[in-house]
Amino acid sequence: MRLELVKRKQPSRPMLYLTPVFSVLLTMVVGATIFSLLGYDGPGAVWNIFFVPALDPNKWQDLGIKAAPLILIAIGLSVGFRANVWNIGAEGQYVIGGLAGTGVALATWQMEGWWILPLMCLAGVAGGMLYAAIPAFLKTKLNVNEILTSLMLTYVSVQLLYYLMRGPWKDPEGFNFPQSRMFTDSQMLPEIGNTFVHYGVPIAFIVALLAWFILSKTVFGFEIRVVGAAPNAARYGGFNRTRTIWTSLLAAGGLAGFAGILEAAGPYGQMVPQFPTGYGFTAIIVAFLGRLHPVGIMLAAIILAISYVGGEIAQSSIGLPNAASGLFQAMMLFFLLATDILVNYRVRFSGVRSGGAA
Amino acid sequence: MNEAILIAILVTVVGAATPILLAGLGELVVEKAGVLNLGVEGMMLVGAVTGFAVTTMTGATFIGIVAAGLAGAGASMIFGFLTLTLTANQVATGLALTIFGVGLSSLIGAGFVGQTVTVIGPLFPPALAEHEHLRILFGYDPVVYFSFAMTLVVAWFLRRTRAGLILRAVGENDASAHSIGYSVIGVRYMAVAFGGAMAGIGGCYYSLFLTPMWAERLTAGRGWIALALVVFAAWKPMRLLAGAYLFGVVMTLELHAKAAGFEYVPPEFLAAMPYLATIVVLALISLRKSVGAQAPACLGKPFKPST
Repeated sequence: MRLELVKRKQPSRPMLYLTPVFSVLLTMVVGATIFSLLGYDGPGAVWNIFFVPALDPNKWQDLGIKAAPLILIAIGLSVGFRANVWNIGAEGQYVIGGLAGTGVALATWQMEGWWILPLMCLAGVAGGMLYAAIPAFLKTKLNVNEILTSLMLTYVSVQLLYYLMRGPWKDPEGFNFPQSRMFTDSQMLPEIGNTFVHYGVPIAFIVALLAWFILSKTVFGFEIRVVGAAPNAARYGGFNRTRTIWTSLLAAGGLAGFAGILEAAGPYGQMVPQFPTGYGFTAIIVAFLGRLHPVGIMLAAIILAISYVGGEIAQSSIGLPNAASGLFQAMMLFFLLATDILVNYRVRFSGVRSGGAA
Repeated sequence: MNEAILIAILVTVVGAATPILLAGLGELVVEKAGVLNLGVEGMMLVGAVTGFAVTTMTGATFIGIVAAGLAGAGASMIFGFLTLTLTANQVATGLALTIFGVGLSSLIGAGFVGQTVTVIGPLFPPALAEHEHLRILFGYDPVVYFSFAMTLVVAWFLRRTRAGLILRAVGENDASAHSIGYSVIGVRYMAVAFGGAMAGIGGCYYSLFLTPMWAERLTAGRGWIALALVVFAAWKPMRLLAGAYLFGVVMTLELHAKAAGFEYVPPEFLAAMPYLATIVVLALISLRKSVGAQAPACLGKPFKPST
């Protein structure tokens, strides 16, 4: 008996939605095995990383806070990924967005008013868009690979952050610590009711729903899908590749920048050198695991948020290293890409049904 | 600036250039076979931590380097299986490999943080290696000479051998290569494994010779610079050698500026230079219209033989 892959006449929709679930389940099984082999408590690692945060209501607020930036960034990336525009520098756009908003906060220090926070958000979005405009310009004008440029700019943005924190933007009353002033009440996102959840969390979910509407109901959304799926047909249809590259990168940059300032004005309440925590890279996994669909992205972001929070729990409860959650996250993407083949092919045991026409 | 400082600078440039040259040579062969593996950074990290761990445990640098190569090749086989056998998207899989490599290396390396390691010294006898002037030529560890040798080997392999011709055919026209009986997938598997091994060895150069210790994300994006180098070199090994040394100069600027007491520019700006330089260089070479034509025609495209 032998396994054989037979091409499907058309992609399987059930498999499109089931494979992300398979990949999470496979990650749990294989992850437990690997960690056991490495000498850790494998099943305990999976239990702590995937189940404890989901089952403990005390952790749910934390999940929302971690999911919000992932949703925003992944929504932006999904636009580009649909159109084969590979912006992998969202981390840098997130940092620049946070910095641009911080700039407004520092300029409006000792001022009060309802307008300050929206202005910070606008600056964050604009900062992210401007930073993403660099790879967009280089790609459309000079045909420079956006994968490399957007990633290189991430490293540059981190150095800019270090410079500002060490020098010009250092808190003058901060005992020489390399970090900005604390934001004031007019500059911080309020928390909802008596929770720790800041308003950026519902905003992220609303943005995802808006994106769902735009991508499925508007001509723009249709264009994005066509350019990615059938570039030649798109050209005949009058859809412009240059415009798609620009919109993809600006959308991704703007949303990553927005996520950046929401983080700075929310959980952080200031700018610190530890600001880049890898949300921009994890959002790539979220975008794929969510099948580049806004609803899927919301679900995937919650799963990835669970793995973040669970990683912290596992660190203190069973002494799992900090890197464990990153490994689980990467495995989810590997298994998703591996099981992807089931969407276009079906598995046949040739010994069982022999002689069937392919 | 006196002579001793100039020699010292040259030695650091060689150190900075060697790992990206090794990783770049590996990726060059992979791309010549029509495969785009963006996991170089991840494979370098896996190699870096493996090389360090094995050298620490066995006390033998050579075994550590070989282990780093094997670990890099092993990591690349995940990529190979997903993209070649299961025809997964190469860009996404390469990214996943990098994220995976960052996580795996941090996990394995957790117990080695802060440790130091003793490794073999220069290849040549002290009379040459420590000579005031001759150390420019003879003062390096064996990996440096290995990187030169591999540049020549790769150039010779691609241009002069039958196997190299087949590899290039697979990268330029997979369907034709398949139709005259070559195993496209088999050739690509071998290329990907070679790329992984070279990235692994390049990675362990950081943990064994340059730092020499292990820290999380030790390679700091050098794997991505190696990827850019391949484009810069227009997929030519000898030009890759020149590019690696050019970048070696840029990457060590921060160090030299600090040593020379140069304080007019913030150190963060100098630290950002290699990345900015990569962008500028990529933009400049793309001004030449021919660059696109030099890329292997099947680069990044999955191949599924229709049996």
